[in-house]
Amino acid sequence: MSHQHIYLDNNGTTLIDPRVLDAMLPYFSNQYGNATSRHLFGRAARQALDLAREQVAEAAGAHPSQVTFTSGGTESNNFAINGMASNNEVARQIAVSAIEHPSVTRPAFALRTKGFRVGVIAADHFGKIDPLSLEVALEKPTSLVSVMLANNETGVIQDIKMLTEIAKSKGVLFHTDAVQALGKLPLSFEKLGVDAMTISSHKVNGPQGIGALILNKRVDIQPLLHGGGQEKGLRSGTENVAAIVGFGAACALLKNELATRTETTQKLRDSLERELVAMGANIFGDKSHRLANTSFFAFNEIEGETLVMALDRKGFAVASGSACSSDSTEPSHVLMAMGVAPDIARGAIRVSFGANNTNQQVTDLVTTLQSEVQRLRQLTAIAV
Amino acid sequence: MTVHTPIYLDYSATTPVDPRVAEKMIPYITEHFGNPASRSHPFGWTAEQAVEEARDEVAKLVNADPREIVWTSGATESNNLAIKGAANFYSGTKGKHIITVQTEHKAVIDAVRELERQGFTATYLAPEPNGLIDLEKFKAAIRPDTVLASVMLVNNEIGVIQDITAIGNICRENNVIFHVDAAQATGKVEIDLENLPVDLMSFSAHKTYGPKGIGALYVRRKPRIRIEAQMHGGGHERGMRSGTLATHQIVGMGEAFRIARLEMKAENLQIRRLRDRLLSGLEEIDEVYVNGDMHQRVPHNLNISFNFVEGESLIMAVKNIAVSSGSACTSASLEPSYVLRALGRSDELAHSSIRFSIGRFTTEEDVDYTIALMKSKIGKLRELSPLWEMHLDGIDLSKVEWAAH
Amino acid sequence: MAYSDKVLDHYENPRNVGTLDKNDPHVGTGMVGAPACGDVMKLQIKVNDSGIIEDAKFKTYGCGSAIASSSLVTEWLKGKTLDQAAEIKNSAIAEELALPPVKIHCSVLAEDAIKAAVADLKSKQPA
Repeated sequence: MSHQHIYLDNNGTTLIDPRVLDAMLPYFSNQYGNATSRHLFGRAARQALDLAREQVAEAAGAHPSQVTFTSGGTESNNFAINGMASNNEVARQIAVSAIEHPSVTRPAFALRTKGFRVGVIAADHFGKIDPLSLEVALEKPTSLVSVMLANNETGVIQDIKMLTEIAKSKGVLFHTDAVQALGKLPLSFEKLGVDAMTISSHKVNGPQGIGALILNKRVDIQPLLHGGGQEKGLRSGTENVAAIVGFGAACALLKNELATRTETTQKLRDSLERELVAMGANIFGDKSHRLANTSFFAFNEIEGETLVMALDRKGFAVASGSACSSDSTEPSHVLMAMGVAPDIARGAIRVSFGANNTNQQVTDLVTTLQSEVQRLRQLTAIAV
Repeated sequence: MTVHTPIYLDYSATTPVDPRVAEKMIPYITEHFGNPASRSHPFGWTAEQAVEEARDEVAKLVNADPREIVWTSGATESNNLAIKGAANFYSGTKGKHIITVQTEHKAVIDAVRELERQGFTATYLAPEPNGLIDLEKFKAAIRPDTVLASVMLVNNEIGVIQDITAIGNICRENNVIFHVDAAQATGKVEIDLENLPVDLMSFSAHKTYGPKGIGALYVRRKPRIRIEAQMHGGGHERGMRSGTLATHQIVGMGEAFRIARLEMKAENLQIRRLRDRLLSGLEEIDEVYVNGDMHQRVPHNLNISFNFVEGESLIMAVKNIAVSSGSACTSASLEPSYVLRALGRSDELAHSSIRFSIGRFTTEEDVDYTIALMKSKIGKLRELSPLWEMHLDGIDLSKVEWAAH
Repeated sequence: MAYSDKVLDHYENPRNVGTLDKNDPHVGTGMVGAPACGDVMKLQIKVNDSGIIEDAKFKTYGCGSAIASSSLVTEWLKGKTLDQAAEIKNSAIAEELALPPVKIHCSVLAEDAIKAAVADLKSKQPA
């Protein structure tokens, strides 16, 4: 990796914090017990899990007993959707927002083979979920609503508490995918009032391959994985001790660092966006409450993929939408849901800052954007 | 050489990460995944290439095509994916009956139970007293609507090796999909999937000196076996298993399986020598019974019942050695091991069983210490045991009328 | 499973392990529990001519808590009359050893063993 390469894709994944790695390393050497074993090695692993569970719970504003570790955000979302909805023999609709991650929408649609229908909740032009659309969806008997807390592309933050109250008034369970929210805004499972919440480690400078579902214990949920009965029977499989310890350590850092990280990234993002406005870019979701680190924007007549590749050659790592869909040339489903014209949506690129980015990097990015946009426009003009 | 206690003899519960594996993993923990910059990886490999190289290594150990290997979060997920995925995919055409064995790992048993709740029926075959299944009984259990059979290669508690070739051939003749849980087998027995009549096979990294939280499922391509995905999302692993798995863990599994392929022959000889030493030492104690067949068995496992000694006090007595009483997954409960019960062992003998599992880093000194410790502790507990006293007095305990408690 | 220090002490250094002659008219023997349940306790007491328990021995097949419970009562029994012995309650044993709820049955078994030994002794003595 070239040292000049500037990483601006922190909503995709984050670099592991060296302090997190340090916490994990013993679990790749002398701390190797299976947490289920009763001997010293097992008990040491169990204690490490207990501590990590407390650290994760604190960062999520939840009680440690509400934390179920999984292999990541995708598994947590599948677990919540399958486990909470499929229990309901009567209300056979799952309502998901139009801007969800595929790990929410795909398991929901997969349940159609078991006789469920999927209701889609609309978003407005600013990327906010329309409460009226939720109310309309809930006119059909519904088992579960899933609306993400912060969108991975636009960074738009939903008023989950308000949406939860609508669902609660109908007795419907509520799940929120908070993968992008953890580490970027203060998070409280209790205050949101949701029944289940997905979080993931590698978005908060922790290791990959580990996540959690925070769960209201009154909710009846079916496990996705059956077996040895780990995680109180909710998630079988030998606990991934090293990764859980890393996730815990990453969450523990948030206690003292979340505020500064938010402040730092907000300054960088705002100074970038001042320049973007001057350059005539369309910034998506800017009229909404957004994650401090995220900017999702497009230049007219420039393909997002093309601009991402051009920036990559100049040493900037940015994304053209969600990482999972970056292979496809379809415009972002999030922007489509917001009613953005496909031509403009195809131009979208996402810059997501981390606390270690600098003002100089923003200045360099802006300079590069100006020259690349001009160059690409000229190419387009010639082609026309 | 000094002995460091507690001595780890619980390699069947989990193994340490081999230092060579850890060394290979660590650079990938600090590496961005999905970062376009990672196309110029410092070691000349992208994360994606590293993942594919690891897939090759897993495939090589079991003589499969890399395209037949699907990453999962571990053997529990592999077992769930194989059993639910194949049963659901083929139930419409073949039927809804499943055959498995009472001594399977919980991840298999409980996945089958879940399918029973969804309308499948299941036969849980009882093994013979030596832990092996009778092929005629297996054949007799097959029905016209049998869709799937699941039989483990190496048992986690007693180490016996099932005759997968024979069972697989019976499955082939009867058009039954055959899944094998091989979590305890990799690096211990030769696996040749090109020639084995097996359709689906589960693997785990952390039982073979790799990291926890990563495993794989073998899904045969010729003839092609289809499974219904159990986790949906970005469509990773050709749609069979969505969700980004950690590159460093995949790399670790690949390296662990590569080392296993290169070293298993020599390692198994060494482990067999240590096992023989342990067994001959423990057999000097009266009234000990080995659980499970001694011939069709991996050398890594020695499961022994110490008669007239109560299980929990035995565990307390042996705290200087890290061993397991029954499977690690069930040891939180005081239930006697369901595996030993299935062999027809009495509750008392099941309760007083210890699983010694030997591994790569076990030394002769560890074994000698363990023998000496067991002799002294069993002696002490038997001094305390009224049952031992009665046994020495020639009383047949099975004829005693016990005051019900 | 965490054991209290007292349980560990009795488990590591059990008091009064052994056997008395069960045919001795001054010896009462109580055997309670069953191997299938995971505990068997044998408790023996020996009284002197004035009816005071002068010796007590036990053997126990069972968990650490069962061993500790029986070891503890052999200490408590010495010097007591049969009537005083019969008054020993399982709750006192459980409290002394700080037994967790799942191990309360061990103290119940010890109480039953005392009762059985006293009854055996009384049955041997002329009315």
